[in-house]
Amino acid sequence: MKWAVVVFPGSNCDEDAAQAVREATGDAVDLVWHDATDLSAYDAIILPGGFSYGDYLRSGAIARFSPAVEAVRREVAEGKLVLGICNGFQVLTESHLLPGALLRNNHLQFRCEMVELIVDNNTSPFTRAYQLGERIQIPIAHGEGRFHADPETVAGLRNEGRIAFRYADSPNGSVADIAGILGEGGNVLGLMPHPERAIFDWMGSVDGRRLFQSMHQYVEEGLAHARANA
Amino acid sequence: MKTFDVEVRVWLKPSVFDPQGHAVEQALHTLGFDGAQNVRIGKYMHLTVTGESEEEARKSVEQMCERVLSNPVMETYAYELKETGV
Repeated sequence: MKWAVVVFPGSNCDEDAAQAVREATGDAVDLVWHDATDLSAYDAIILPGGFSYGDYLRSGAIARFSPAVEAVRREVAEGKLVLGICNGFQVLTESHLLPGALLRNNHLQFRCEMVELIVDNNTSPFTRAYQLGERIQIPIAHGEGRFHADPETVAGLRNEGRIAFRYADSPNGSVADIAGILGEGGNVLGLMPHPERAIFDWMGSVDGRRLFQSMHQYVEEGLAHARANA
Repeated sequence: MKTFDVEVRVWLKPSVFDPQGHAVEQALHTLGFDGAQNVRIGKYMHLTVTGESEEEARKSVEQMCERVLSNPVMETYAYELKETGV
């Protein structure tokens, strides 16, 4: 399978994300500039962390209007996997590909530390390699990660099993301790923590590996199925 | 074609906690301004727009506010508009 990592002006986790995918899956990864208009050649697309367009106006607000995000929107409709990490999650909410919004942390601090997450859904293409309720260690690095949505939206996310990860101890004041959510079709995941920074023992955790491996396994099974039916 | 001067204000909805406003309120209390309450921090934007009529300009500004200048999930907005050079 083939992966794309979209690079916006101000992205700074793009190389890390690409390296993490290569290490965890052995797959080919392209870094794709934000003016790309066609991403149909890729099986999975990552919107990386950073400060796209300087986070002017609001985090992710300007990136939403880039050609690459329009292309992402088409691939989401096609059922391709899209993973938004940190600033990528903010871009996905601003683009309405995921509900809610990410606000300034309730204590105003920028938090850069290892946090414990609870896996709330292990049937999605992104989380199938984890155990339900498993506690994993993934680092965060954000000042605006407080997930906010109205109570009906949060209830809907909960009832539909679309809360993928929760914080064991919330570092930002997110509603329902939400750290990562799935889109309506289950093929979009946005999360504030950085799985690409939990790939080797020397990083303090290898728990991020299985997220990329889940995606790899899901796509490869789909491709094998398509070949068998061809 | 007329030109209008527009002032847009965007701030967090009342239902959304504003940690910046909270921190500033604490600072004001520390300085002895005990009566200062319900501090909310927002954004101010200034622009000019052109349009055939005031109604058309207002419609255009409202679309800008809904689609770009504010995020209706968490924010609310208000604006003032007046024709320039009148």
